[in-house]
Amino acid sequence: MMANFQDYVFYAFAAILLGAGLRVITARNPVHAALYLVLAFFTAAGIWLLLEAEFLAIALVLVYVGAVMVLFLFVVMMLDINLDKLREGFWEALPVALPVAVLMALEMALVLGSRHFGPERVATPKPHPADYSNTAELGRQLYTDYVYPFELAAVILLVAIVAAIALTLRRRKDTKYIDPAQQVKVKRSDRLKIVHMPAEKPTPPTAEGDRT
Amino acid sequence: MHPIVNDIYTALPEIFVLGMAMAILLIDLFLTERTRFLTYALSQFTLLGAAMITVATHTPGVGYAFSGMFVDDPLADVLKLMSYLATSVVLVYSRSYLAERGMFRGEFFVLTLFALLGMMVMISGRNLLTLYMGLELLSLCLYSLVALDRDNPRATEAAMKYFVLGALASGMLLYGMSMLYGITGNLDINQIGSALVKGAPDRAVLILGLVFVVAGLAFKLGAVPFQMWVPDVYHGAPTAMTLLVGSAPKFAAFALVMRLLVQALQGVVHDWQGMLILMAVLSIALGNIIAIAQTNLKRMLAYSTISHIGFLLFGIMSGTLNGFIASMFYVSVYVLMTLGGFGMILLLSRRGFEAENLDDFKGLAARHPWYAFLMLLLMFSMAGVPPTIGFYAKFAVLQAALQVGLVKLVVFAVLMAVVGAFYYLRVVKLMYFDEPQHDAPVRAQPDMTMVLTVNGLAVLLLGLMPQRLMELCAYAILHSIQ
Repeated sequence: MMANFQDYVFYAFAAILLGAGLRVITARNPVHAALYLVLAFFTAAGIWLLLEAEFLAIALVLVYVGAVMVLFLFVVMMLDINLDKLREGFWEALPVALPVAVLMALEMALVLGSRHFGPERVATPKPHPADYSNTAELGRQLYTDYVYPFELAAVILLVAIVAAIALTLRRRKDTKYIDPAQQVKVKRSDRLKIVHMPAEKPTPPTAEGDRT
Repeated sequence: MHPIVNDIYTALPEIFVLGMAMAILLIDLFLTERTRFLTYALSQFTLLGAAMITVATHTPGVGYAFSGMFVDDPLADVLKLMSYLATSVVLVYSRSYLAERGMFRGEFFVLTLFALLGMMVMISGRNLLTLYMGLELLSLCLYSLVALDRDNPRATEAAMKYFVLGALASGMLLYGMSMLYGITGNLDINQIGSALVKGAPDRAVLILGLVFVVAGLAFKLGAVPFQMWVPDVYHGAPTAMTLLVGSAPKFAAFALVMRLLVQALQGVVHDWQGMLILMAVLSIALGNIIAIAQTNLKRMLAYSTISHIGFLLFGIMSGTLNGFIASMFYVSVYVLMTLGGFGMILLLSRRGFEAENLDDFKGLAARHPWYAFLMLLLMFSMAGVPPTIGFYAKFAVLQAALQVGLVKLVVFAVLMAVVGAFYYLRVVKLMYFDEPQHDAPVRAQPDMTMVLTVNGLAVLLLGLMPQRLMELCAYAILHSIQ
């Protein structure tokens, strides 16, 4: 089969994705690692575009690159990560980890190769017509057939919020926190107290007072 | 019936629990320390209401909802009822323990109810997607509950280990599921099952997927060689959370195994049988032998859990309906005993003191003969001494294994159970024949004492007449698994 333009694009994206993914875990500087992750997301979005999943591709860029990774970069820059401490024990663990990793990679290569998932085994899906709306189809699926897992995902997010607040919220006793509601409700009488007191006559200066 | 009405009617218990959990989340904001009892009462009411709805909507048939992603069969109903009961008992036992340690907060109850919702979703899952979502919902709640005592470094460490290893297990499970999806093109449990029965489309991929699925399940169950988180989490977590982690979620884990291995992967039963045999044998051996060396009761019960999981797998790996019934019987008995065992630790603990060491039980019979007697019943049952229920549970799973001709394995399991009896009976020896180390009185709420008494006596009474529970399990399995 002649390779067409789409195939070249796919291989280019795949190569960049793998390279970026590898650099995420090997980069010494955590900020670089986060930036490589951004690159990985971008190329993954490109591959999704090739699969005609336009909405997901754009959502990946907007949500992950635009929101999540920016937040992540802030966190990485604010934390003082000691990389040497993180890398401690790398060489001791390597003799055990490396054979396991190689073995797993070999097994996966055996099973996931083109012999089991090649084009002659899995039929190529038909391309959709130009007026096909990926977004509308996704929305229809999400709110009809997949409404149950969709709601469950919402519950999981709610649990994440509850758990994060329960685990991190601390009311500090020493803050000078002001309740805006109290501040707005304040009346003149709370702040200003007019005290009536009889006027006092100035005492005439004495001779001793003058001298000092 | 209109499909939406049918969906809502079928999933009514889940919807009720979700609605109540969110209501409690809001109501709790307006409560003070003194009126917080209302949160507790509402949580118990939620469990009661869910149980009533489940019973009222129960039919012996199988109902589907949400385009086949949700299944309501007798197995689901029975397991859900057992989960409500276990969660309710957890709440009763942990009330004063939490209050004494400043953890009697709304979040505990909300997260517990959400965890219960996760279990219900798993129990009723009929799609790889919903099974996984339920598992994540349950796991996230449990991770954060373990870490709820956030100033306690041991609990935080336990939560961290639980979280990292749990995430790894979820990843493995997902990877296996993706293989299953890759070869069958389906996420639906029944359709995967029928696709595999017709003839495996691609055996190599199927087996790789199966290995990952079984490894993920073993992680969640805590079977050897994926057991390393169990002792640390059981030991490090506050005892009330250990009670929760160790009890009701086991029903959901059992349901997950039934849905994935029995309903979806029935076609490759001979392949997973071998894996389960290995895990069961290793779990029983390692759990029972290492438990002997423990001086901490929570850690000892954690290793005992590993060995119980081994026995549970004995029933499932037989691959017969009898085996599944025996396994379901075993898991309900296991939860009953675990509730009692950790309930006893909670009972003897007080402000600033955890009765978690074996030495704390020394001479309990002289101080509180009734509590010592209940603990004796629980320990006898865990060891499998007749006439307690633990004996029948072990008997049933081993009989199921014998029926498929695994004689050597059964002999091995019985020998290991004898080894295990040593450390259970050591607790009894400490309680009855040693001098007490202190004489601090045990002050317990009357409701806790009552429930614990019922729990302890149930172990004996069910042992004298195990027929009803066995019939219930048989009813659930026979009407749900073809």
